[in-house]
Amino acid sequence: MLAEIDAKRDQIEAGVDEARALYEELDRRFEEAQAAGENILPGDLLFFYSPISRVAMYVGGGRMIHASHPACRSAWSRCPGTASSAPPARAEPPRRRLLQLPRTRAIPSVAMAGAVVASEQDLRLVERLRAGDEDAFMVLVERLQPAMLRIARMYVATAAVAEEVVQDAWLGVLKGIDAFEGRSSLRTWIFRILVNIAKTRGARESRSAPFSSIWAPGDEDDPTVEPDRFLPADHDRWPGHWSVSPASWDTVPEEHLLSRETLAHVSAVIDSLPPNQREVIRLRDVLGWSSEEVRNALELSETNQRVLLHRARAKVRRALESYLAEEGTST
Amino acid sequence: MNCRTLVELVTDYLEGALPDDEVAAIDEHLAGCEDCRTFLEQMRTTIRVTGSLPEPRIPAEVRRPLLEAFRGWSASR
Repeated sequence: MLAEIDAKRDQIEAGVDEARALYEELDRRFEEAQAAGENILPGDLLFFYSPISRVAMYVGGGRMIHASHPACRSAWSRCPGTASSAPPARAEPPRRRLLQLPRTRAIPSVAMAGAVVASEQDLRLVERLRAGDEDAFMVLVERLQPAMLRIARMYVATAAVAEEVVQDAWLGVLKGIDAFEGRSSLRTWIFRILVNIAKTRGARESRSAPFSSIWAPGDEDDPTVEPDRFLPADHDRWPGHWSVSPASWDTVPEEHLLSRETLAHVSAVIDSLPPNQREVIRLRDVLGWSSEEVRNALELSETNQRVLLHRARAKVRRALESYLAEEGTST
Repeated sequence: MNCRTLVELVTDYLEGALPDDEVAAIDEHLAGCEDCRTFLEQMRTTIRVTGSLPEPRIPAEVRRPLLEAFRGWSASR
């Protein structure tokens, strides 16, 4: 058993070394590009190799952020993490430039080709738990407890039972912590334990509906955007085009967008979503879990998870649109 | 690719789940459609705002029994 854990650790460390080597290589290429006279400015997206297989953003000060998300491919507009970079004023497609990234600290979980394994941070936390560090345990509890309660609640009949399920899950985590191999992220592993216990408990209470129905998207009446926002399909000039332009939120001050009032409103909208949509958007967008982590933790298919996320985001966008329009702050 | 279709595909697009030809069709549409660029920016801003939500703190009466459970487990190792 110990030999297996050591072998896993070696594997992870080899991955870390590989990541480090990769980033050093990318650093070198960046420096070459700079030396060759490329004027690289903060906000520039940098694409590597031909065909393009890596992208990152230069953030100034000799640092760049690597894209860990598989969506961050060659088109700048698709990187969810670069939401703050406004589209260029001109209409032509964005310029693609092959450049090298400057020095940056390698993040092992990024390097492993999209698979999310335990990060260095996870592994350090696990070490501290094994050593009996109470603070480490509390950090973990603080971070995950609210989400664990809500998800447990989807499988069982009452909030009280959900609390018991979560307690049992933490005990299960502690009992199994020595065997944690780091093949998944720590939170994915914890939520798998939670869901298994929740299902067992839910089954014991003889649920009538199958567990698969919890996450089934089902038929939805709400369209992504109201149909009257688009011209009809048989319109002679612009079929299916926007009938009224969506308002640009570029002029909304950041302080207003992220004010307590706005966030409270958005939070209320999320709380009112169907539970499966609510939990997917909370894990993905509020807590920042990757789609793979959500799928693994909740045993969802890629499509299932994405449909739920799409519907949740559509509703939040629409609510935000109304909210900002009422306030008269969007143009 | 028209605006109504793009709106349905926006999450697939942002998630990198579309085949290359659909991505190209969307990129091409975006290049010529300011309304859809605005919509896409609205979606990204929505994700950013959602990402700024704080998670609630857990109450003390929850911490205590968990801490005790941890101590019990740790002591018996």
